[in-house]
Amino acid sequence: MTRQTAPLGSRAPVLAMSHIEKTFNGDVVALKDMNLSVNDGDFISLLGPSGCGKSTALRLIAGLLQPTSGTIRWAGGQAAGDLGIVFQEPTLMPWATVAQNVWLPFRLRGQSYNSVRDDILEALRLVGLEKFQNAYPRELSGGMKMRVSIARAMVTKPRLILMDEPFAALDEITRFKLNNDLLKLKEKIGCTVIFVTHSVFESVFLSDRIVVMAARPGRVIRELHVDTPYPRAEAFRTSAEYTAHTREASAALHQAMELAA
Amino acid sequence: MSLAERSAPPAPVVDAEEAARARSARINRIAKWTLPSLVLVLSVLAWHLYVTIAEVPHYILPGPVKVAQSVVEDWAVLWPAMLVTGRLTLLALLMAILGGVALAVAFTQSKWAEMSFFPYAVILQVTPVIAIAPLLQIYVESAFVAALLCAWIVAFFPILSNTTIGLKSADHNLQDLFTIYGATRWQRLRYLAAPSALPFFLGGLKIAGGLALIGAVVAEFVIGRAGTGLGLASTLLEASYRFNFGRLYAALILISVMGVLIFAVMSIISHLSLRKWHESALKREG
Ligand SMILES: Nc1ncnc2c1ncn2[C@@H]1O[C@H](COP(=O)(O)OP(=O)(O)O)[C@@H](O)[C@H]1O
Ligand SMILES: [Mg+2]
Repeated sequence: MTRQTAPLGSRAPVLAMSHIEKTFNGDVVALKDMNLSVNDGDFISLLGPSGCGKSTALRLIAGLLQPTSGTIRWAGGQAAGDLGIVFQEPTLMPWATVAQNVWLPFRLRGQSYNSVRDDILEALRLVGLEKFQNAYPRELSGGMKMRVSIARAMVTKPRLILMDEPFAALDEITRFKLNNDLLKLKEKIGCTVIFVTHSVFESVFLSDRIVVMAARPGRVIRELHVDTPYPRAEAFRTSAEYTAHTREASAALHQAMELAA
Repeated sequence: MSLAERSAPPAPVVDAEEAARARSARINRIAKWTLPSLVLVLSVLAWHLYVTIAEVPHYILPGPVKVAQSVVEDWAVLWPAMLVTGRLTLLALLMAILGGVALAVAFTQSKWAEMSFFPYAVILQVTPVIAIAPLLQIYVESAFVAALLCAWIVAFFPILSNTTIGLKSADHNLQDLFTIYGATRWQRLRYLAAPSALPFFLGGLKIAGGLALIGAVVAEFVIGRAGTGLGLASTLLEASYRFNFGRLYAALILISVMGVLIFAVMSIISHLSLRKWHESALKREG
């Protein structure tokens, strides 16, 4: 079963950041006047050089930081399990098995393993790791650990999944494979994603909205749309459309870097 | 085709390097046990020869045969003494675990508690227990309880300090994840801080086991002299007053056997608790 994603412009709102400003220690302006409305089914990439506030933006949305000024509003309020997050490292508990790691979001809500076993196994099946449910993280490769981390983020069927350079530490082959699989996954569960990356190629391949950011002070300078419909497969990587979009995104990224220089 | 040719088994494909590695691993495994045993046998032999050839009187240095005789002949004295020292050590260790862990948890839950009490834990640790023991003897009526306190004082600090560090060592991203999923204080402690602290705690436990025995021996030396002591260390001290060197050495050897046993048990506990996931307990392949 696949969930159809509505075309851009006709999607229901999930979350809105308005006039967000974040200053550290009184003088480091990590984000300045950031406005972003996230809609149901969006795959948004935050693209920008390091230090432009991408991680700060995600941490604000996750509620791990409070904005210096501005507001972040969830449409209809935020409920437990509305948010999933994937960090750059897999961030698994080494003492727990794969299935126990995926159980964590439920466990912290007081739900027993047996009551959510089906959801856990379904999430592991979606990332292709159902056979490894009893393995410990140390027995898995880097890419497999990342899959577990993704399974954990989506097991509660969150309204929004945040991913902070999740594949940056992986080799390119694994990275491409995970990019493809992530899109297939999105297709199946129709999730909404904000994906932080500094790779132009990754952002074009994955997303339908690319938010380009510049540093010092961290801010949004442009938003690009990649209107190629999903599903996008490996062939998209070699299409003329893809090349055109990457050229456009590269130009925007260069502009961002010049602005900061 | 000749018969020999037909029946010759296919040449086994053995990677020379692999074979060499396997052989060296096997040799290592055997040497790990045989070498120390050989050293032991040779030293005992040298000891025996020296005592026999140089005709050393037994009240200066008894030979291994004499010591072995003492172990057997004095077993009726040594075994109950060993039980006393063993009980003292294990009780002190148990109290050290309870006290050390409870205090470590209190420290991580409240920084005020840590600020107020940590310096005193350090003072307790750096004050030589041998200087505290006579005081305990005065203020605590039961010699056993006084000795227990002595052993506890030295054993509890490594557990406290290691567990405190361990409880704070949880991965930062995991801590954020727990925040995002709205974990309660208790859940954080139970599911994140405690498992992160386990390897640190077990490291402290290994040290504390040895220290508890040292504390027990020191306490028996100081407190046991009041005529109440029945442990191995008091037995050793008494034997030295009576120039009963066979018994003295027998007691000494039994004390060190206890130390080795405690260390071995702690190592096994540590290995069993961590073998599934912690790097320290993993065998590297290749
Ligand atoms: N906790 C913090 N304290 C002080 N400065 C910070 C903190 N977190 C981030 N910054 C600063 O904010 C800016 C944006 O950081 P970050 O959001 O991590 O950028 P990015 O993820 O895009 O590389 C950087 O200049 C960084 O040094
Ligand atoms: Mg970052």
